[in-house]
Amino acid sequence: MGAFEPQSLAALVQADRVHRSVYADPGLFELEMERLFGRAWLVLGHESQLKSPGDYFTTRMGREPVIVVRQGRDIGALVNRCVHRGTMVCPEGRGNAERFVCPYHGWSYDSAGTLLAVPFADGYDKAKLPRGLKAVPRVATYRGFIFASLAPTGDSLESFLGPAKASFDDFVDRAPGGELEVAGGVFKHAYNGNWKLMLENHLDGAHPAWVHASSVAVARAAPEPGGPGEERYFDIAVRQMRQNGAPDSVWEDTGMRTTPRGHGIMGDYHDDSRLVAGMGNPAFDEYRVSLASKVGEKEADRILRVTLWNTVIYPNCSFMSQFRQLRILQPLAVDRTAVHTYSFRMPQAPARMFRDTVAFSNVVNGTGSWVLTDDLEVYERIQRGFASGAVEWAQIGRGFGRDAPEPGGGLRGATGTSEVYIRAQMRAWLDYMAA
Amino acid sequence: MKVEEFLYQEARLLDTQQLEVWLDLFTEDATYWLPLELGQKDAIDTSSIIHDDRTLLELRVKQARHPRAHARLPLARTVHQVGNVMVLSDEGGEVKVSSTLTLVEFRSERQRVWGALVEHRLRRAGEGFRIAHKRVDLVNSEGEIDGVAILF
Repeated sequence: MGAFEPQSLAALVQADRVHRSVYADPGLFELEMERLFGRAWLVLGHESQLKSPGDYFTTRMGREPVIVVRQGRDIGALVNRCVHRGTMVCPEGRGNAERFVCPYHGWSYDSAGTLLAVPFADGYDKAKLPRGLKAVPRVATYRGFIFASLAPTGDSLESFLGPAKASFDDFVDRAPGGELEVAGGVFKHAYNGNWKLMLENHLDGAHPAWVHASSVAVARAAPEPGGPGEERYFDIAVRQMRQNGAPDSVWEDTGMRTTPRGHGIMGDYHDDSRLVAGMGNPAFDEYRVSLASKVGEKEADRILRVTLWNTVIYPNCSFMSQFRQLRILQPLAVDRTAVHTYSFRMPQAPARMFRDTVAFSNVVNGTGSWVLTDDLEVYERIQRGFASGAVEWAQIGRGFGRDAPEPGGGLRGATGTSEVYIRAQMRAWLDYMAA
Repeated sequence: MKVEEFLYQEARLLDTQQLEVWLDLFTEDATYWLPLELGQKDAIDTSSIIHDDRTLLELRVKQARHPRAHARLPLARTVHQVGNVMVLSDEGGEVKVSSTLTLVEFRSERQRVWGALVEHRLRRAGEGFRIAHKRVDLVNSEGEIDGVAILF
């Protein structure tokens, strides 16, 4: 039996424990790039990044460099590799281009990737020239968010998302007119740890009291945040850091749902009034009026009562629909991961709403944040621990045996700190890897 | 006191881990800013690697001393090398100074090198200065960087 035969892979991810090699074996990482990141739908970005024909941005799907580009009304994704000599035709970044011209020998391509011109063309048999840049076979959007898959066949996007669609709905429904745009800069951070560590951490209600003990402590000793209309700049940071020190009962009572494809939804505990410009705040009231004018009072109430925290879209995204933050991870090596964090503006809401999003992003997702830096330190310590073969297994059994079935085929943790979300991620991992 | 001497003293406080003394250099209305983007105009509508008012800067110093500040225990050892000091303006009791910073950080068996353009707004206070605003533009602010748990 080979190391990566289905039975061997299944032995690594058992019901309540996972083998350290899933996080530390470079051979398994290579297989993940092919079978997991090469098959799953990956979140690439948002339509607001591509407003006009020819608008593009570059990203990576797993480790494949791709160009995501507006092609008329459609959005396409092209592998960023010249068919001639392998050069990345487009430098990393974003912009607008009528054509992509390779810097090495000038082979040029239109925004659909079609090869337009080849210098010294007489040297080639035209019939045998490649047609153009390799297109990523499947690209689709859900409510403005752009997804792509390197596999020509597989789940439809809607079926892949399953019940996690509701989190994107929450993201968009909160915006008056359903209008959202990426704005305010992109945080890019990296850490010396496996990509899975971030996705596990983002649904982990048992970690804040320990990992974030220092920021909780200093925030508790900070000046009291001001009441509605009397906010000061530091209030959002202080409120958020204090929230990480919420009593165990708050985390236990938080909803924790999963889907068959490994997505996880953590919800029911944060609300606007405790965190950003809350109810009673003039800017929030103005925002609520703007929302209600589009959808009616009753629907606005329903939308604002939804209190989702993190949603993880397995295997490359985690977002906070309520706070308009979306993080896309890029696995670089078995022990190295990059994360890009985007903030979203609601163009039809008061400017203050986005300013709160920016302040929130700085404290929670910023590269110099009090909070994130301690998470990154712990990811790196986990990776070092998993490098040791003296202990082979890690535990994922908290709440095991008490998971309840959810509509859509997923499971719900008996409590908010159930590790059901890791079990679901590992189940999905095996489905992709052993298929 | 000359501006250069003040900047060297500030650097020495950070390099000798006298963080509370360093904090006292800042005025009550001070801001401490590491922008995310090149040429960033404001810290309100665009994210920042760090954007602290005086209250938040104080929390940052206190966190560094907390016994469970995992990313800061032990504190990194650093050398702040200040250069190219130029006074850009000197009016109304406030001196605007531009400088460059080369910083070497060591922690947890890893050495990192940082480079930055720095701008101080210094207020004259007695024989010396206090810092009303400090802006540090890291050359890699838009790159994929590991967590920043030091003070610049």
